[in-house]
Amino acid sequence: MIDAKHLVKEYHLGGQTVRALNNVSVKIDAGELVAIRGPSGSGKSTLMAILGCLDYPDAGEYWLAGEDVAGLSKNRLAEIRNQRIGFVFQTFHLLPRMSALENVELPLHYAARHDARERALKALDIVGLSDRTHHEPNQLSGGQRQRVAIARAIVTDPAIILADEPTGALDSRTGEEILALFKTLNDQGRTIIVVTHDPAVARHCRREIYLMDGRVAEPESGRMGEWEMMQ
Amino acid sequence: MILWMILKVALKSLMANKLRSILAMLGIIIGVGAVIAMLAIGAGTQASVMGRISAMGTNLLVVRPGQRGTGGVMSGTQQNMTLDDATALLTQVRGIRAIAPVVSGNGQLKYFGKNARATVMGTSITYMPIRAFEIERGEMFTEQDVERMARVAVIGPVTAENLFGASDPIGQTMKVNGINFRVVGLIKSKGDQGYFNPDDQLIVPYTTAMKQLFGLDYLREIDIQAKEDADLTQLQADALAVLRKRHRLQPGTPDDVNIRNQADLLETANEVSKKFTVLLGAIAGISLLVGGIGIMNIMLVTVTERTREIGIRKAIGAKDRDILNQFLIEALVMSALGGLLGVGMGVGSAEILGRFTDFATIVKPYSIFLALGFSAAVGIFFGYYPATRAAKLDPIECLRYE
Ligand SMILES: Nc1ncnc2c1ncn2[C@@H]1O[C@H](COP(=O)(O)OP(=O)(O)O)[C@@H](O)[C@H]1O
Ligand SMILES: [Mg+2]
Repeated sequence: MIDAKHLVKEYHLGGQTVRALNNVSVKIDAGELVAIRGPSGSGKSTLMAILGCLDYPDAGEYWLAGEDVAGLSKNRLAEIRNQRIGFVFQTFHLLPRMSALENVELPLHYAARHDARERALKALDIVGLSDRTHHEPNQLSGGQRQRVAIARAIVTDPAIILADEPTGALDSRTGEEILALFKTLNDQGRTIIVVTHDPAVARHCRREIYLMDGRVAEPESGRMGEWEMMQ
Repeated sequence: MILWMILKVALKSLMANKLRSILAMLGIIIGVGAVIAMLAIGAGTQASVMGRISAMGTNLLVVRPGQRGTGGVMSGTQQNMTLDDATALLTQVRGIRAIAPVVSGNGQLKYFGKNARATVMGTSITYMPIRAFEIERGEMFTEQDVERMARVAVIGPVTAENLFGASDPIGQTMKVNGINFRVVGLIKSKGDQGYFNPDDQLIVPYTTAMKQLFGLDYLREIDIQAKEDADLTQLQADALAVLRKRHRLQPGTPDDVNIRNQADLLETANEVSKKFTVLLGAIAGISLLVGGIGIMNIMLVTVTERTREIGIRKAIGAKDRDILNQFLIEALVMSALGGLLGVGMGVGSAEILGRFTDFATIVKPYSIFLALGFSAAVGIFFGYYPATRAAKLDPIECLRYE
């Protein structure tokens, strides 16, 4: 499903070059529930942006479902983000002044689908928010907002869900609920990638990719042990 | 994306910043309002000028002496038109129905200790039909009065009011420049024409005016009414030829009289209104430009403020074109809304001007469509740059934007 080889991404800031990704290769199969873990600044978000077709690598290859992403136009990338990928962010990134339902419908409007209302209601039902469809984001709790965001991510029925620190802004109990939701969605066959710095979150996933200074690395022994005990 | 959805977002974002949106639209509102009001004044003025021109009488030609002096130095009108000229025109030029010789001067009027000033026109009885004057009460003086050099006058309603107040002027005797005149008729009001008020004058036989009042032997003008089927241009040329011959002008020397017909006057009026329209166009252009800049400014602010939103939309699948359309439509909604408010303001102020001032105003439907069309075009034109800026933004940078 996802096959990234030797990804390099550099940022240039005032004469200084930051190598956010330094020869990163990851391979993720359809139906996996994977954590991308690493300390802050290790390049997780950068990797996620590239895997999510929001950004280009400076070097390396990225094959998504057998297609070489490097050769695709901006419009085609937008279509891929719309149809094959669902994003969930730490701070939810819902649009203000739009109801939960309208937020969830939005990706379908960009796909020019005419059954938007119906499908959005179904997605909200899956995340357990059928009774909050007409609330605006500022009328919802953090956990509820993240559920709306997840509904928006799954509404186009994408193969992959990319979640960047999805529990980072939530208390631990709400976080657990969100992770449980991801598990359910994964059980239904969706590929889910959770980016986190938190080993406790990573523990909910079936596999972990550990990043350190822009490279894939072996996690420090202690945490590795914990994680292996989980398996 | 579905248009309705975009419109909804656009309206919501305008409503979210009501004051700011109104301030941004102000340029367009004022511009469109001013254009509509001024076009209404233009149309109203033109209509009333046309009205005045036809109030002067139909098929009218006016012969006036030319300017004295040569080489562009103007020093008053010549004193070269006589009663014989008038008679010659009537007998020698074809297509003339009636002719009226006219002299004029200032009159000091007196009636039982009351004083008034008025223009005194000395003319023949034909002046009334030629100049479309009617008698309200009493009657016009007669042909015999002209021949007998009678001291009789018909009087304009304003002059009558000034001199006689509420009492009936008919049959009264007043003094004009110290000479007794009997008022025989009251002229029906035509309304003030701006440069000249036909209601404030006195009409007396030209014989009396020339010999007794002013001591003149030349005319101020000769008014000609052409027959309905006459060719005015031909008539004008013929009349000019007759007068040139009578004044013994050599071929090649300039005319010493000036003949104007209504077609000329209409043309002048149209010329003026054309210049007025060009001026209005320039004002409209400038105000819409200012309005457009206001909208562009606020759209740039909006794009910056909503950078995060742009990033989110792109992440969930918006193409550059979708973002472009969204902001373009927001600019369009703003300018069109401003245009509508401006139309309301323009129509309202035209109405108020027409009711409470001397301006005549007519709001023509085309001016409304023109103004709305222009403001929509301004929205698209000035919205395009901010919208392309929004569309070109990099999604990942937008999402990181604080
Ligand atoms: N737009 C950018 N400009 C400059 N440096 C950046 C930019 N984005 C990320 N970086 C740098 O790249 C590195 C990796 O960042 P990121 O992928 O956000 O890490 P993580 O998500 O693991 O915390 C960091 O050192 C960060 O400072
Ligand atoms: Mg990060």
